[in-house]
Amino acid sequence: MAEAAATKVGAPAPALELPDTDGNVHTLPMPGEASATVVFWTCNHCPYALAWHERLVQAANDYAPRGVGFLAVNSNDAERFPRDSLDAMRERVRDEDWPFPYLHDSSQQAARDWGAQVTPHVYVLDSELRVRYEGAPDPDHMDPGQNAVWLREALDELLAGRRVSRAETKPVGCSVKWKQ
Amino acid sequence: MARGSPTVELLWWEGCPGWERALEIVREEMSALGLDPGAIDVREIRTGEDAEREGFAGSPTIRVGGRDVQPPDGEPIGLTCRVYRLRDGRISPLPDRADVRDTLSKETEGGDD
Repeated sequence: MAEAAATKVGAPAPALELPDTDGNVHTLPMPGEASATVVFWTCNHCPYALAWHERLVQAANDYAPRGVGFLAVNSNDAERFPRDSLDAMRERVRDEDWPFPYLHDSSQQAARDWGAQVTPHVYVLDSELRVRYEGAPDPDHMDPGQNAVWLREALDELLAGRRVSRAETKPVGCSVKWKQ
Repeated sequence: MARGSPTVELLWWEGCPGWERALEIVREEMSALGLDPGAIDVREIRTGEDAEREGFAGSPTIRVGGRDVQPPDGEPIGLTCRVYRLRDGRISPLPDRADVRDTLSKETEGGDD
């Protein structure tokens, strides 16, 4: 069912150009424009994505002052999963306090380009838009105390100019729901 | 006390991980209640038609004597992942173990609807 080619750590990030829930189109920053960028696949219906969501929100708030931008992407087939429709995405952003745009990948091309497998699937890019971390936010979706530690470690090392020591982990969650 | 043996079903769909852990939990709780953990009926839901026929609101779905361990609250039928709410309020892909235990207990003791 998975159709995507994996984005490799160390490789340039694929392009990203998607509308948010208000129709505003977002892209990756220009090289050198942001100290780091976090792109993560998520959705409305997956318990794993929901369980990790607040930790990602907190990380986005914590790292924004350090020039780190976050982009959330939903690529799921909304026909089969109405809870992932644009309207449902819009409702969620309206009802919750999202510190990052929620991008709608209706063609699923971004998921294919990036190799997104599950929700959540997290990518950390350096200032030159190379992938420096890929995987899960932290080791346990059930433990809020984990606080997205793998993501935070990657960002801390990146922002300190160090190599990311744990560059890949296994993303855990619901499969991206491809159109059939 | 003589105990009945309710029908225990676990329905799963491959799009959601974690159903094997759910199966472990159910088996452990069945064993703790003196029920045969091998008697659980594990069925894969493969298609939308399967989901409709089974009234499947997501994976994993666990029923004891036909009673869902956490009855879905208006969730649509279909191939999706269940979103459970644990007793401490956390969202989880698996039901609270206590909900599994309580449902097994109630059905084993004849139900208390």
